[in-house]
Amino acid sequence: MHEADRPLSPHLSVYGWRITNTLSILHRATGLVLTLTAIGLAWWLLAVASGGERYEDAAALLRSGWMKLPLTAAAFCFFYHLANGIRHIVWDFGFGFDRRQIRLSGWTVVVFAVAATVIYASIAII
Amino acid sequence: MSLVTPLNRVLGLGSAKGGVEHWWVQRVTAAALVLLGLWFACSIASLDDFAHATVVEWIREPATSVLLILTALTASYHSYLGVQVVLEDYVHEPGTKVVLLALSTFVHVAIAIASVFAVLRIALAVAP
Repeated sequence: MHEADRPLSPHLSVYGWRITNTLSILHRATGLVLTLTAIGLAWWLLAVASGGERYEDAAALLRSGWMKLPLTAAAFCFFYHLANGIRHIVWDFGFGFDRRQIRLSGWTVVVFAVAATVIYASIAII
Repeated sequence: MSLVTPLNRVLGLGSAKGGVEHWWVQRVTAAALVLLGLWFACSIASLDDFAHATVVEWIREPATSVLLILTALTASYHSYLGVQVVLEDYVHEPGTKVVLLALSTFVHVAIAIASVFAVLRIALAVAP
C-alpha cells in the first residue's frame, strides 16, 4: 500500500515555545508520569497486602534517600495535572480563552503547582 | 435521497463509530479525581508513620477501603483514556500503534485489578 508522504498532526517541531503550548505538552507529560505513579501505587498496595518481608522491602525502598526525588517529582506532576486539568474544564465551559486570561491562568497553575509541591514535599516527603 | 438509516442519523455517529463518550468520560473521571486525588494526597500525608500495622489499620477503615477502590478504578480509567490519546497522536506507524494500544489496555486493567484486589485482601482479611 502506498503511504502518502504527507505531514501528520500534531506538528510539534514547527512551533516556538510559548506558555500555552508548553503547558499543554507538560499536561500530557505529567499525565504519563502519573500513569507510572498509579503502577507504583498498585505495587505498593500489593506489598501491603502481602505483608511481612515484601512490605519491609517496599517500605525500605520508599524510605531511601534517592527516592525523595522521584516522589517529589510525582507530587509535582499530581499538583500540576490537577490544577491544569481544572483549567481545561473551565475552558470546556467556554471561559478564559482571552489571550491575557489564558496566560494568567497558565502562570497561576505553574505557581500553584510549584508552591503545593514545596509545601507537600516538606510535610510528607522530606 | 439519503442512504443513511433514520436510526443512524439520530445516533449521529458517522463513520467514526463513536461520539463524544471518550471526551465526556475523560472529563467526568477528571472531576471525580480532583476530589479523590486530593483526599488520597492528604490522607497518605496524615499517616503517623508507614509501619505495616499503621498502613493496614488505615486501609481497613471502611471509608478508606471504598475511597481507595474508587480512586484506583477512576484513575486507571482516566489514565487509560489519556494514554490512548497520546498514542493515537504521536505513534504514526499503524502496527506499532495497535500493539501499544493493546499493551496500554493490559497495563491499565492490571493496575485496576491489582489495586482493587490488594485493598479487598487487606480490608476483608480476618483481624490479625
